[in-house]
Amino acid sequence: MEKFTNLTGVAAPLEIMNVDTDMIIPKQYLKTIARTGLGKGLFSEMRYDDDGNDVPDFVLNKPAYKDARILVAGDNFGCGSSREHAPWALKDFGIRCIISTSFADIFYNNCFKNSVLPIVLPQEDVDKLMDDASRGANAIVSIDLEAQEIRGPDGGVIHFEIDPFRKHCLLNGLDDIGLTLEKADAIDTFEASAQAERPWL
Amino acid sequence: MANARTLYDKIWADHLVSEDKDGTALIYIDRHLIHEVTSPQAFEGLRLSGRTARAPEKALAVVDHNIPTIDRSQGISDPESALQVETLAKNCAEFGIEYFDESDKRQGIVHVIGPEQGFTLPGTTIVCGDSHTATHGAFGALAMGIGTSEVEHVLATQTLIQKKEKNMRVTVDGVLPDGVGAKDVILSIIGEIGTAGGTGYVIEYAGTVIRGLSMEGRMTVCNMSIEGGARAGMVAPDETTFEYFRSRPRSPQGADYGQAVDYWKSLCTDDGAAFDTEVRLDAAKLPPVVTWGTSPENVVSVTGSVPDPGTVSDQAKRRAMERALDYMGLKPGTNMSDVEIDRAFIGSCTNGRIEDLRVAAAIASGNRVHERVNALVVPGSGLVKAQAEAEGLDKIFINAGFEWREPGCSMCLAMNDDKLKPGERCASTSNRNFEGRQGYRGRTHLVSPAMAAAAAIAGHFVDIRDWR
Ligand code: SF4
Repeated sequence: MEKFTNLTGVAAPLEIMNVDTDMIIPKQYLKTIARTGLGKGLFSEMRYDDDGNDVPDFVLNKPAYKDARILVAGDNFGCGSSREHAPWALKDFGIRCIISTSFADIFYNNCFKNSVLPIVLPQEDVDKLMDDASRGANAIVSIDLEAQEIRGPDGGVIHFEIDPFRKHCLLNGLDDIGLTLEKADAIDTFEASAQAERPWL
Repeated sequence: MANARTLYDKIWADHLVSEDKDGTALIYIDRHLIHEVTSPQAFEGLRLSGRTARAPEKALAVVDHNIPTIDRSQGISDPESALQVETLAKNCAEFGIEYFDESDKRQGIVHVIGPEQGFTLPGTTIVCGDSHTATHGAFGALAMGIGTSEVEHVLATQTLIQKKEKNMRVTVDGVLPDGVGAKDVILSIIGEIGTAGGTGYVIEYAGTVIRGLSMEGRMTVCNMSIEGGARAGMVAPDETTFEYFRSRPRSPQGADYGQAVDYWKSLCTDDGAAFDTEVRLDAAKLPPVVTWGTSPENVVSVTGSVPDPGTVSDQAKRRAMERALDYMGLKPGTNMSDVEIDRAFIGSCTNGRIEDLRVAAAIASGNRVHERVNALVVPGSGLVKAQAEAEGLDKIFINAGFEWREPGCSMCLAMNDDKLKPGERCASTSNRNFEGRQGYRGRTHLVSPAMAAAAAIAGHFVDIRDWR
């Protein structure tokens, strides 16, 4: 996996609650057998009109946010399906960090597997960043994962929490499967005892 | 009691391979269900890293999301869908995983076929690259939806990295009024806790109402745990559960069955076990419900009306409501029973099983679908379809003007040709009413199978309790 250490870029405000995975990447894009190339489908039903042209009002279509790297969003971001196409699409578009008051469980997990950082903050911090993000191209925000800090355009610093194991994996770009395979002996032992206890499985 | 444990605590403990000091754990996975949409990149990942499937016999694959529900003898016309289906077949052959293809009689929605085959069993850990894996919790299994990277992880290691969630119990006691069923129960629960209410939890459903439900009703309830944000939802196994597995193709037989039942009987929450959150609902007060918005928590009684955002003080919530009403083309104060529909969809892993079809057929019998309405009935699996046909339900539906289709996900997520047109309004037995879920700009109202059938006939929502 790609490492995640620091990120500096434009933050885009998406002030919608319950942004679901159908909004992030609609089903017509799920027919792919690849992980890449999904950026064009990101938020497509909000981003394009019926003829496939950009909807000028949609935040990521505004010139200031075309290169956004960070998304500041409403509560319960990523609810809905387990499709990992959602973080794939965000990442392919260029967004590597999403900030919200809460995330849906599976989406949250999926982000970490793709070196995309979801940050949970209290409402007042999200409000502050939403405000910062509304300043267009001047909405430059920096994330320092090691220090667990977000620096806004005014230089204000917000601290965030993250699970230590997940942080370690992101900072070092570690592959979960590789880590787990180091525990193959423990898996073998478990399998043998489970087989004895529940032979019908 | 200090040592009293919940059902979730017990299954977790019985599957714990290792646990680090910070609580990061490795849990063993007994059963892995696979479908065409979320698996290709996982198999590709295995190939790229030269890894194999650790326990292919613990996986079962089926095609469901993409396939047409009309005549399949001509193959799949959409080239991308066809490629995805072919890819699954190839991957399963290469990695040694059993696969039900589109011509297999057992093919169907992954969450319908798992239990049907006895692949799903009580006390197991079950995963699938699909959020509605929660369905299998109905049998007292810990069943979770996972992403594609985790699908690859499970294929390679037969384990999953997780931290333990908190325990929530939702108790529904009392007696359900006639016409109010499992779908109304779970929609009411989501209305109560909200779509993020279960985030960070595994829910155990309990109480006399849940105990009284058939396995099918319990699956309907557990299925939508994810709409409440929970990692999983479960019901402790009991006689109803044991009976269900007496004669499934893959369930334990003979002495094994007896031994399994003994173990399954231990899978209940101990008296005095602590839950981090308790929620209670009184069944007698539950009405048949309809959703009015674009979130499953937007529920209202069929006798109620579209709510008014003007009465909501929280700005973010008010804006979300306004956005939803605008999308749904509804005005505050409109009676739900005055809302007219264009389409009806009976099917999905929430309500595509035989009991659901029986309920809907009983309403359809001797009636006609409203002239404006196009109504689809899509059985959850080939076996459900065969059973329905043996009971003559297909004839009842067809005579009433419903379309009778081949099994699959169909208009639940509209990845095939079954989709709403922009602006069309649908009474749907599925589980999500998100923007665009059933087709670009389509409008979805979630309801029970009885309510969907009645709405198809009347052309608008009707209180099923008053159905003639
Ligand atoms: S029926 Fe709908 S919710 Fe169920 S697995 Fe298929 S697409 Fe997902």
